[in-house]
Amino acid sequence: MTYFRGVIFFMEKLVPAKERLLKSQKNWMNGEVRGKIIVFICAIIMISATIAITIFLGTKGLQSFIKNGVSLIEFLTGKQWNPSDQAKPQYGALPFIFGSFTVTFLAALIAAPLGIGGAIFMTEIAPSWGRKILQPVIELLVGIPSVVYGFIGLTVLVPFIRVHFGGLGFSLLSGMIVLSIMILPTITTIATDAMSSLPKTLREGSYALGATRWQTIRKVLIPAAIPSLLTAIVLGMARAFGEALAVQMVIGNVKTMPHSILDASGTLTTIITLNMGYTTFGSPENNILWSMGLLLLIMSFAFILLIRYLSSRRKI
Amino acid sequence: MVLTYTNEIFDINDLNLWYADHHALKSIHFPIIKKEVTAIIGPSGCGKSTFIKTLNLMIKMVPNVKMSGEINYNGKNILNSKMDLVELRKNVGMVFQKGNPFPQSIFDNVAYGPRIHGITKRKHLEEIVIKALMDVALWDEVKDRLNAPALGLSGGQQQRLCIARALATKPDVILMDEPTSALDPISTLAIEELILELKEKYTIVIVTHNMQQAARVSDKTAFFLMGELIELDETSKIFSKPEDERTEGYITGRFG
Repeated sequence: MTYFRGVIFFMEKLVPAKERLLKSQKNWMNGEVRGKIIVFICAIIMISATIAITIFLGTKGLQSFIKNGVSLIEFLTGKQWNPSDQAKPQYGALPFIFGSFTVTFLAALIAAPLGIGGAIFMTEIAPSWGRKILQPVIELLVGIPSVVYGFIGLTVLVPFIRVHFGGLGFSLLSGMIVLSIMILPTITTIATDAMSSLPKTLREGSYALGATRWQTIRKVLIPAAIPSLLTAIVLGMARAFGEALAVQMVIGNVKTMPHSILDASGTLTTIITLNMGYTTFGSPENNILWSMGLLLLIMSFAFILLIRYLSSRRKI
Repeated sequence: MVLTYTNEIFDINDLNLWYADHHALKSIHFPIIKKEVTAIIGPSGCGKSTFIKTLNLMIKMVPNVKMSGEINYNGKNILNSKMDLVELRKNVGMVFQKGNPFPQSIFDNVAYGPRIHGITKRKHLEEIVIKALMDVALWDEVKDRLNAPALGLSGGQQQRLCIARALATKPDVILMDEPTSALDPISTLAIEELILELKEKYTIVIVTHNMQQAARVSDKTAFFLMGELIELDETSKIFSKPEDERTEGYITGRFG
């Protein structure tokens, strides 16, 4: 200690204060600024990529309405989809919009209770061994590529539904089941974080009043976590809404409006992936696909806004 | 030192408690008298919080806890495995270090206990809530905003709300685990006055780090050290001429 003080004293004697300050400024130039620039560039790249995609999608997506004279109302509400008809092309995307929303909501309807239930199991019922088993299971589910989900759906689920429920097998039902399994990890992971970040004092307060575990979960913990749980569900839905490949493999991809859960259907994403190869860049058929892409982007913005709103309502 | 009373609500005999291998409470004998305030003092880690949590078996929430001995509550040993925890905790309420209201309305917080114990009639619930809030002198401050979120109250109000919440299940014992350690002096004073009022109707056990507080509010004071009950006696006696020199050392500030 005294030695150290001595050194500082010695340095102070040797180098005048002004020069030491100047020297430290040099150090600052070396490390600080370089780091700052690197981080700044990273941020700029990310932001500009997002903006560029948005602008590109915006201009491409609006072309069918501006240049090709497609009516926005027909696009959003029309039920006839026939963009390749030379004489009288029809651009009604409602069946796909409807298909996208339906399959998303139905998938969330299955995955939300399962995911939240799993989260409660991991945090409240069996925090030690439950987590040890479920955590790797969830990580594994995340790791399976969507083409594999689709393949399994196609080989197992579609024939099963055809035999046991009737119809083609390619249906909203198949799409919803495949999607619900795909979004299950998202919902479970976020819901688990939400439940385990609840303060311990809440549980203690409830148990100390004589509440049972189930009463504590239902009346204190779930209400306290509800904004975060809703965020989990919305994030899962955002994922489901944008998923293309696996859904495309099982949903049937027809142009007509589905009338029952066993009917084949199409979604915005599946129609884009199926048709983009057959259209020429700049043609009306191609532009209308971009419009659907723009619609997907707008929906994902809407999901983000919804999540922002929900998390701002978080009470704890 | 053996004290015998006839009007004891808790009678603890030879209570031992282990956290895994750590012997946290060593052969505690501890009578708690009805409608008295019993303060528990002692340095950090002496087992006083552990002890108070055994009285409503909140200690069972901690994994790897082993207990032996007897905790007789109204003549019934609660360490008996057939003990109904719901019934016990309904009768032995607890207030924690920091006010921990649920993120719900003021009304719902106080009504929580009665609701989980099966009271559903709005009118009946209202009566209970109003009475509990009056008992903790919070009614005048919150009567116009019973539906406002409880987390919007000040720290002291939150703590009084939690006491009201505990009173709403109509307990006969209230355990307080350092109830004022997170509060400012004025809120602390309000809670202490409240304790003296509640004493008329309830048996209170309070763990405190603050010896002046123990001296101000309690009838009996117990001194814990290293998991042992060193001394339990009238508060006036503990603070004037304790029998054990370790107690004297602690209250005069020589250690702890």
